[in-house]
Amino acid sequence: MAIAPERPRIYEGSRIPSPIPSVLLVPDELRKTDDILEVNFGPNHPSTHGVLRLVVELDGERVVGLRAVIGYLHTGFEKSMESKTWWKAIPYAPRMDYLSFQANELAFVMAVEKLLGIEVPPKAVWMRMLLCELNRVHSHLVWLGTSALELGAISPFWYTFRERDRILDLFEMVGGARMHTRYFQVGGLAEDIPSGFFGECRRFCEVMPGAVDQYEQLLDQNEIWLKRTKGVGLLSAEDAIALGQSGPVLRGSGVDWDLRKASPYLAYDQVEFDVPVKRNGDVWDRYKVHMDEMRESTRIVAQALEGMPGGAWIADDRKVVLPPREELHTSMESLIHHFKLVTEGFRVPEGEVYVAVESPRGEFGCYLCSDGGPRPWRVRFRAPSFVALEATATLMRDALIADMIAAVGSLDTVMGECDR
Amino acid sequence: MSYAGVPGLVESREAHGETTLVVDPARLVEAAEHLRDELGFNFLSDVSSVDYLGWSDEPVAGSWGDSSGRDLNSPGSWGLARRPAPKPKRFAVNYHLLRLVSGAREAPRVRMQVWVDDAELVPSVVGVWPTADWHEREVFDMMGIRFSGHPNLVRILMDDDWEGHPLRKDYPIGGEPVRFSGEE
Repeated sequence: MAIAPERPRIYEGSRIPSPIPSVLLVPDELRKTDDILEVNFGPNHPSTHGVLRLVVELDGERVVGLRAVIGYLHTGFEKSMESKTWWKAIPYAPRMDYLSFQANELAFVMAVEKLLGIEVPPKAVWMRMLLCELNRVHSHLVWLGTSALELGAISPFWYTFRERDRILDLFEMVGGARMHTRYFQVGGLAEDIPSGFFGECRRFCEVMPGAVDQYEQLLDQNEIWLKRTKGVGLLSAEDAIALGQSGPVLRGSGVDWDLRKASPYLAYDQVEFDVPVKRNGDVWDRYKVHMDEMRESTRIVAQALEGMPGGAWIADDRKVVLPPREELHTSMESLIHHFKLVTEGFRVPEGEVYVAVESPRGEFGCYLCSDGGPRPWRVRFRAPSFVALEATATLMRDALIADMIAAVGSLDTVMGECDR
Repeated sequence: MSYAGVPGLVESREAHGETTLVVDPARLVEAAEHLRDELGFNFLSDVSSVDYLGWSDEPVAGSWGDSSGRDLNSPGSWGLARRPAPKPKRFAVNYHLLRLVSGAREAPRVRMQVWVDDAELVPSVVGVWPTADWHEREVFDMMGIRFSGHPNLVRILMDDDWEGHPLRKDYPIGGEPVRFSGEE
């Protein structure tokens, strides 16, 4: 079987454009030739994963100028959350991103918990970890299916959506909704884990490793896939760090960095998993990182199923957490607490925190500022998609227009999260 | 970790296990270079800004109200238990820094903070961390804080001809005009 020829690997020095790191400017002497064609790509284009606009300047097929324009999906999440109580602000966090909703929800909930200083029971911690890893698999599956589709491989899409549907079924079991489950509550989980969940989840863990092998069989020796991904969209480790890249993009560039290992949150220090790192910093390596991460996440899910502790699923703090339903009929205090929590919400002590989690796309951070009142003073999200798109100009230096689809796709961005 | 050598350091405080270094805006770039080169904070996670307009305002009758007062018909406008400590200026810009070492099993973070009033300039750190490019554009777009020395300080999320800066506290929700088709 023919394998694609080796292209030049990772480069020396920096390729970040100057003076504007995110804009590739056409050199003056090239501009004078009057041969530059400006092409507007997007904002509505099927292969930009949403509404991303790229203004590309071409010299023949070669990209000589590039500017990414975002903001078409700006929804004002951060502003809206300032007018909601802490509790009612939770559903906003996951809705920014239709693929990694649980990781986003987790970052917000953990930030509120950090300000409150509330302890989360172990069962909730492990269940959060389990769901976040399922969510990572879910996000990577959609990424793989759509990215392959954009490069002309239609079959993987059907295979990945087969497994994605199983994950959505699991989400539906816990939260009632297939996406944006809003299952994480300040203090723990919104509900107990439903009966039947573990069995279904175990069956998924048995199926998933074989399914990843199947996807690789479809793509790994596909000559078109190899030629369009190997040596394309190069990013060195130094440039990736300077541009603030995180997640699979950073790991594809040879940096062994994962917040789950570097600063373990939830119960990541109690499970075994490896961080896949690749050295070449091209689209192929980012693809490989995604594939290996799906295997590792499945490993974590299986361990979380085995190690899931029993007990309460939410903290017992009546000033923050709703009282058990049955107490409302017998206890006056519980009724008062319930009423106060539902109408006015709880207060969060004055202060500011920054909490970062390893979302499927990289470092997802939540900065919270509270004035001690029932509503957030300021909510700010560090969106990995936003940062990833800054690297487009570096990735596309001297590349061909056809490589752009592969390179931008490999950044794994979701525009809703990018524009917030 | 000692931050005593950071140029222009005004105040250093610890809360919730996080370190905040308040830095003089005039020496921000020096401080940023010191933090990157001497202390190894090579990764800029995020630049965020906060508008403290109305923070710690005089209370309304009966309780410490927030800036919009206490409205009994509006749940969630519960007054504050105590008045928050006043802030030195209207805006804070926070730089969330991380020391990222490949293979390291620790993630030290520090928050560099500068305080400015309306129309005061903040020096740009694009030269120190290129990733600040879009972050600073977003702060400008959303808060109206201008960065001196930024190579391309234009709006990023809102339209180029947008008026106002939406995340300011005096920018109302629902305040934007709604355009209808067929309207002149």
